[in-house]
Amino acid sequence: MARRLTRRQFLAGAAGAGVAGYVVATHPWDAVFSGASSASLDGNGKLVVVTLYGGNDGLNTVVPAADGRYQSARGSLAYHPDQVLGVGDGLGLNPNLKALKGVWDRRQLAIVRGVGYPNPNRSHFRSMDIWQSGDPGGTSLSGPPTGWLGRWQDATGADALRSLAVGATVPRLLAGEKTSASAVPAGRATFPDNRGLLAAYTAMSRVSSADAPWAARVAQTNAGFLSVQHAVHDALAHQPSSDSGGTNLEGAPAGSTASGGQLGGQLDLVTRLMKARLPTRVYAVSLGGFDTHTSERDTHDRLLGQLDAALGRFLGSLHEVPDGQRTVVFMYSEFGRRVAANASAGTDHGTAAPVLVAGPGVKGGFYGDQPSLSDLDDGDLRFTTDLRAVYATLLAHVLGVDPTVAVDRRFRPMAFL
Amino acid sequence: MDEAAAAIAHLYRRAGFGAGPAELDAATARGYEATVDHLLDLDVADTAADAVAVPPLTQPEPRLPVGAAARKSRLDTLRREGNALVAWWLQRMVVATNPLREKLTLFWHGHFATSLTKVGYPSLMYKQNQLLRALGPGSFEDLAQGVAKDPAMLLWLDAAFDKKGQPNENFARELFELFTLGLGNYTETDVKEAARCFTGWALDRQTGMFTFQPGFHDGGTKTVLGTTGSFGGEDVIHRAVHQPASNRFVVAKVWSHFAWPVTPDDPIVGALVGFYGADLNVRNLMRAVFLHPEFQSPQARTGLVKQPVEYIVGALRALHLPASDSTLPGILTDLGQLPFSPPNVGGWPQNGYWLSTASSYARLRFAASAVQRANLTALDHAAPADRPDAAARLLSVAGWSPSTASALATLAGDSRSLMILALVSPEYVLN
Repeated sequence: MARRLTRRQFLAGAAGAGVAGYVVATHPWDAVFSGASSASLDGNGKLVVVTLYGGNDGLNTVVPAADGRYQSARGSLAYHPDQVLGVGDGLGLNPNLKALKGVWDRRQLAIVRGVGYPNPNRSHFRSMDIWQSGDPGGTSLSGPPTGWLGRWQDATGADALRSLAVGATVPRLLAGEKTSASAVPAGRATFPDNRGLLAAYTAMSRVSSADAPWAARVAQTNAGFLSVQHAVHDALAHQPSSDSGGTNLEGAPAGSTASGGQLGGQLDLVTRLMKARLPTRVYAVSLGGFDTHTSERDTHDRLLGQLDAALGRFLGSLHEVPDGQRTVVFMYSEFGRRVAANASAGTDHGTAAPVLVAGPGVKGGFYGDQPSLSDLDDGDLRFTTDLRAVYATLLAHVLGVDPTVAVDRRFRPMAFL
Repeated sequence: MDEAAAAIAHLYRRAGFGAGPAELDAATARGYEATVDHLLDLDVADTAADAVAVPPLTQPEPRLPVGAAARKSRLDTLRREGNALVAWWLQRMVVATNPLREKLTLFWHGHFATSLTKVGYPSLMYKQNQLLRALGPGSFEDLAQGVAKDPAMLLWLDAAFDKKGQPNENFARELFELFTLGLGNYTETDVKEAARCFTGWALDRQTGMFTFQPGFHDGGTKTVLGTTGSFGGEDVIHRAVHQPASNRFVVAKVWSHFAWPVTPDDPIVGALVGFYGADLNVRNLMRAVFLHPEFQSPQARTGLVKQPVEYIVGALRALHLPASDSTLPGILTDLGQLPFSPPNVGGWPQNGYWLSTASSYARLRFAASAVQRANLTALDHAAPADRPDAAARLLSVAGWSPSTASALATLAGDSRSLMILALVSPEYVLN
């Protein structure tokens, strides 16, 4: 299980490297995966993880509009077949996802259907923990304290710029046992305007061999903060903020502009950092507010509209971004909603839902079976694809590592990359 | 700082939130062992901490108000109350005469980690907090029995509406795995059987209190941890906490949070179990921990990173600032430790969990903002060359590394910048 894997990775790292060091995974797995790897990615891609907090309504995102059972279960919340953007198999994208429909038509959008995990948990935080840790094992609330990408990071490198979370904090997704992603605040993130303090802080952040291990780790983290600050500051200094208003370190994110609101601002920052050729392999951004228990239609329309505008802009600009052709966007939420609408024109916490994977190197199409609307598990969809298979795919083909560094070895890569 | 003072400073960092210069001098004069006993004298009330006003807290209602607007307004109220409750506890820690009581409460909060995110009502978290404070230094069995019937815990682990025939395994599992025994010291069958013992435990929706509903209890025979009988929940807890594995588990947890992280099979744990004793006496265990020679070893002195709460409270105490600043809940969230909101029932991880570039930035923001509000006369009055040492004494830091000392020296002419740097130094970030 991942918990044990993590421990093993940790011990290997501790034995093989000093405090500030790290081990590079040298597993003989290449032979297994290189043949299957997508040519344009070649295991050397950039991963952009979009977390949708609150539980996005999967059934109203990739809509089985032609299914009478959907129509009757959802009542006034249901979309009619002529309202959705048809993608085949009796399914249609939510009418707000116009840009993503374009990506689908270019065969660069993979819709992985019915993604979930065994014994689904309907608690936001627990289910998000399971998604972010990639370890649904057991029914215990206490998963390992690491994320699936944190374990990737533990196993492959500790550079402060290796993965970046846009925002004030690093989600558990990117927290390793020995390493952590860096956080780039989307808003103001400037060192106090005090040159003496900056010089002294810089000097103090040099690790000395005489330092105790944890003291060295503090110094190293402070130095990481400085290097992130510098890299981001330099990157942005040479790049004009995008036309329709992006994010810069001096100001707040680009609020509610038509470009995708807060998420648009985060993704604009990612675009600009990629243009500055940061060595970052994983970016994490997020959008919240999907917990639509009441009056779902208005909220969901607005959020999917934001999501679509932000992603459309981001994906549309990749052709002019270094490594843009190797960039893969992965979107998920902690759960879908229940099949039946509730009494307040909303939906309650559910289970399996589609995840979307988009980018120039993605093999567009459907993957995984559409969950049945007649064979429900206590009113909820039964998952058809384990989230760990999705992670294994991203780890193998985007990040170019043996997926077992982060997920259970039973789960093999899928074909969407 | 000489060795005697350094030992006392270390004791106060771990048993509390650091010692001010006067406190340090008084304790050094009293002697180490007498200071340990002074800290462990928890029978007297802490009038300074008890004087901190408890914010008004909405009592739980059987149902949220009807209607979207009323519902939203209630949730807004509860959110405000949650922040007020955080401020209340932080302020207790800041003004406490004997900081060990608050420190132990924080420790048990992390052990029996319960989160407001699911419990919903700050008033129930307050009640649990008072329970941890009252029973924390006593018998671990009394504490575990109390927490098991605590309304917040009942809601948190879904034990509140447990029924015969559909027992909920959540509480039984966490009781064994996280609260009393640790993984590997019980079986899945133990969990299932224990869950049957807890059927009938419920939260009375009207009173918000624990209640036992005999009609929902499974009165049949169960086999738990090797014994068979028609057990109830209390019997399960009693069996669990008196297992030798539980003694090692609890002792290891205490040592891990007050000295450095160890596993239950560590020899140090074996040496301390006897002090915990058959009566599971937490106070005796704490005394043995603080007086253990290894507690003052270099490994212990550098073995822990301050938890964010310790980091913030230590700084506020040193700078004589109240915990009233409205930005504190946000900073604690950015640092990863908002009280009453642990990440899951496993509580907060340690050490490396607190270190990220984001937390470096949050510490810097906090330091700059706190120093701006602080009165630094004491530091200003020292000669510039003495200011780094004066800052160390203020922050209960035994001394600066050569690299930190030379960086601080460049700021000796500017007390505020010097104090900001000291607050983000590896020496202060470590506990």
